[in-house]
Amino acid sequence: MSEDENDAGGSFEDRLRAARVRQGIDVPDQAKAGSAGMAGGSALGLGLRVGVELVSALVVAEAIGWALDHWLHTLPLFLVIFLVLGGAAGLANVWRLVGPARRQA
Amino acid sequence: MPPAVEHSSGHAIDALSQFNLVALSPMGGVLTFTQANLLMVIGSALVLALLYFGSRPSAVVPGRLQAAAELSYDLIYKMTSDTIGAEGREFFPFIFTLFFFVLMGNLLGLVPFSFTYTSHIAVTAALAVMVIVLVTIVALARHGLKFFTYFFPAGAPVFLAPLIVPIEIISYLSRPVSLSIRLFANMVAGHVMFAVFATFVVMMGGHSIIGAFAAIGPLAVNVALMGFELLVAALQAYVFAILTCIYLHDAVHLH
Repeated sequence: MSEDENDAGGSFEDRLRAARVRQGIDVPDQAKAGSAGMAGGSALGLGLRVGVELVSALVVAEAIGWALDHWLHTLPLFLVIFLVLGGAAGLANVWRLVGPARRQA
Repeated sequence: MPPAVEHSSGHAIDALSQFNLVALSPMGGVLTFTQANLLMVIGSALVLALLYFGSRPSAVVPGRLQAAAELSYDLIYKMTSDTIGAEGREFFPFIFTLFFFVLMGNLLGLVPFSFTYTSHIAVTAALAVMVIVLVTIVALARHGLKFFTYFFPAGAPVFLAPLIVPIEIISYLSRPVSLSIRLFANMVAGHVMFAVFATFVVMMGGHSIIGAFAAIGPLAVNVALMGFELLVAALQAYVFAILTCIYLHDAVHLH
């Protein structure tokens, strides 16, 4: 009863692969490289992840900037520099999350 | 995210006290055995029991317990070997432990009168730091000083190095932060919502006969929320484990 859902041609191997992908046993290559970890994730989940990535990069950058300032007594200087770098790193993180799949071994 | 504290006929929504640690047996100094530690012990014991009693029968046609144990083994085994590659098998015990520690924390927290130890950033941050230290050690052990080329992608113009290298280092260091915040925030948000809607039920139910009927609304929300939180509990444990796998893949292969 469940076999005739979409056996539109293709060898047994093809249909087996399609069925495994449909059941989530195998993940298609592109999906695996591009959005691994998003299994079953909704738009809300993706949005949450993007937000977390942006914020965490900024937090780390500002921590480094503040520490450098504290050490060198140049208070606003590195805080400002690392604000920009942290924003860029956050965007880089987001790009890695949602951008085109990077090549995987 | 401070929850809205409302005052209504003497009641107040107190959504955050559920995360307070309660000392069960003081061991002196700062070493205190709290309910979080107790739940960690229970969670670990449950996983060990599942694996012990699940693998003991070793029947050809598995029973329910054996099927659960074998499915969990297969899930993590496939995750490690698919994501990291053939070398992933070395990290299987680590990923398995990590996944089930987080999963048990998330799931046990849904039991009434229980406690979610993954809702404390101290716990999730400790796990994330452990992951990132392991990943860095693996990368250094496999590639030596070549590991540092990770921070400068091949083919990028050299004059951009002062810009790219700090960005890549920040990006690398933000991994444990995002890893820990994601799990912690998901757990806290879910349990705060439980508490807020449960308080609604009590507040409305105690108000009048109309309120008692209207209280069915937030009660229904909490029932639906329980299903959603079961999904989130499993999903967040899975995300934690697979992100660890991805970082280990980067460490093993350096892109």
